[in-house]
Amino acid sequence: MTIRVAKPGLFTTVQDLGRYGYAHLGISPAGAADPLSFRIANLLVGNGENAPALEMTMLGASLEFEESAVVAITGASCECKLDSASLPTNVACYLPAGAILQCESTTSGARSYLAVQGGFDIPLVMGSASTFVPGRFGGLKGRRLQKDDMLQLRNHGSFRARALRPGSLDRLLDPRPLRVTKGSQHDWFAPEIFEKLFSTVYMVSEQSDRTGLRLKGEVLRPREHSELLTDGIPLGAIQVPQDGQPIILFVDQQTTGGYPKIANVIAADLHRVGQLKPRDEVRLVEASIAEAIQALGEQERWLRTIFVS
Amino acid sequence: MKIIPASDSSLLVVFGDTISPAVHKSVIALFHALQSRPDPRIRNLHPGYASLLIDFDPLKLTHEQLSSVVQRLALASESVFDASAHVVNIPVCYEIEFGPDLMDVALHAGLSLDEVVRQHCSPTYLVYFLGFSPGFVYLGGLPEVLHMPRLPTPRTSVFGGSVGIAGSQTGIYPVDSAGGWRLIGRTPVRMFDPDATPPTRLQLGDRITFSPIDRATFEDLQRSPEARLR
Repeated sequence: MTIRVAKPGLFTTVQDLGRYGYAHLGISPAGAADPLSFRIANLLVGNGENAPALEMTMLGASLEFEESAVVAITGASCECKLDSASLPTNVACYLPAGAILQCESTTSGARSYLAVQGGFDIPLVMGSASTFVPGRFGGLKGRRLQKDDMLQLRNHGSFRARALRPGSLDRLLDPRPLRVTKGSQHDWFAPEIFEKLFSTVYMVSEQSDRTGLRLKGEVLRPREHSELLTDGIPLGAIQVPQDGQPIILFVDQQTTGGYPKIANVIAADLHRVGQLKPRDEVRLVEASIAEAIQALGEQERWLRTIFVS
Repeated sequence: MKIIPASDSSLLVVFGDTISPAVHKSVIALFHALQSRPDPRIRNLHPGYASLLIDFDPLKLTHEQLSSVVQRLALASESVFDASAHVVNIPVCYEIEFGPDLMDVALHAGLSLDEVVRQHCSPTYLVYFLGFSPGFVYLGGLPEVLHMPRLPTPRTSVFGGSVGIAGSQTGIYPVDSAGGWRLIGRTPVRMFDPDATPPTRLQLGDRITFSPIDRATFEDLQRSPEARLR
């Protein structure tokens, strides 16, 4: 079973939930920028949560299905068409052989996910199918999709597509500020700098991608000017470079860095970072480590309740 | 030793605030102690000059539990760690074509080109850690006379294998990328191959030496199986 890429979209890559265990060799996890929507897409078609699927950014892809398939599109809302009819999102859909699926621009959010029943057949590199574009490996030839690429599917087994309870994804449209815990070098920053951090409405700059999101707004300065010894960077760390404009380091981030890290986006809110696009407004609010872990636990329990059994 | 929660999913273990082989010994001891007892709840280890960041699943392991594991291991492992690291030789062709900043480095150091090469090849360097990008090594031990700030404007493309200097650091670009280090030569041996096991030629704690080769040897080596990682 082959799928031909008729139009690649703006930046479409194969991802899974990431490549772990190689950070000590300088290798970042990559993986879906919005892992929650990614998992929901796979669960809808009956795949395992980690099955390779497509991440489409801002402008989706057009795909030609050689044989019939069951697909689900989740994440950022975007208009999808099957030939000329409109195709619903957040639901498993049957596509007949020869169908052309067109995904248009996202209307809210940055990234949509397309899972196909069976999952894409992608060789694993260091245990993962995720494309790491800066290192040019993983996914399809280590790059974003191009016109006329051919994607193979893993063999059909017996999968059972599932359905979501009505309204269950409403909570993903959370307008609250992103929750952050204190970062590794939080003590480099005076209390009034934290006040600035939490009172500023930052704007996501155009120079934002899977490596990191640059925020524009109030300048933050550390208390001292001593140089930091390069250390490890956790996913979602907010580092403050010399220009004082914070950067949220993201899935394709460098594994180590030399700028102080003032705060860190909580794991339960990372999926929302994956949906931020240039010129979006971002507010931050402080959470304790205990609150952050509780939020993550709640999110995992929520994910188990959203499907019709 | 200080243990700091760096995020809801990670702990940063800090052993000191200097770049020194002695502090680094503690980093590497804890790194090896954790590597030798695989635990699926621990997802990633990020060693730095004087610290180790441990990324884990906070729904399966608490910060407190991990912290006590770290304290126990740090006490036990320091004594058992075998310091006899293996020494890897990296052949480098120090020619202007491969090292476009060689002349500037020589002028800055007040040395002849030959003397720059001799200085760069004299120490046995320690691989403090790999980071920044896949297979990129942070080396300690560059002779002071060769210290030189990075380029004011980074190059948009640097060939993989390029050997450079930035401040007190020297290193090798593992793959083609952008970069602001002063380039002084290039190695024909592959530093990173995602499909090899392990994917990098050098590991944390390795010791390395550089040795000069001429253009003909560079080309021979480039074609030889030794230059590959698999």
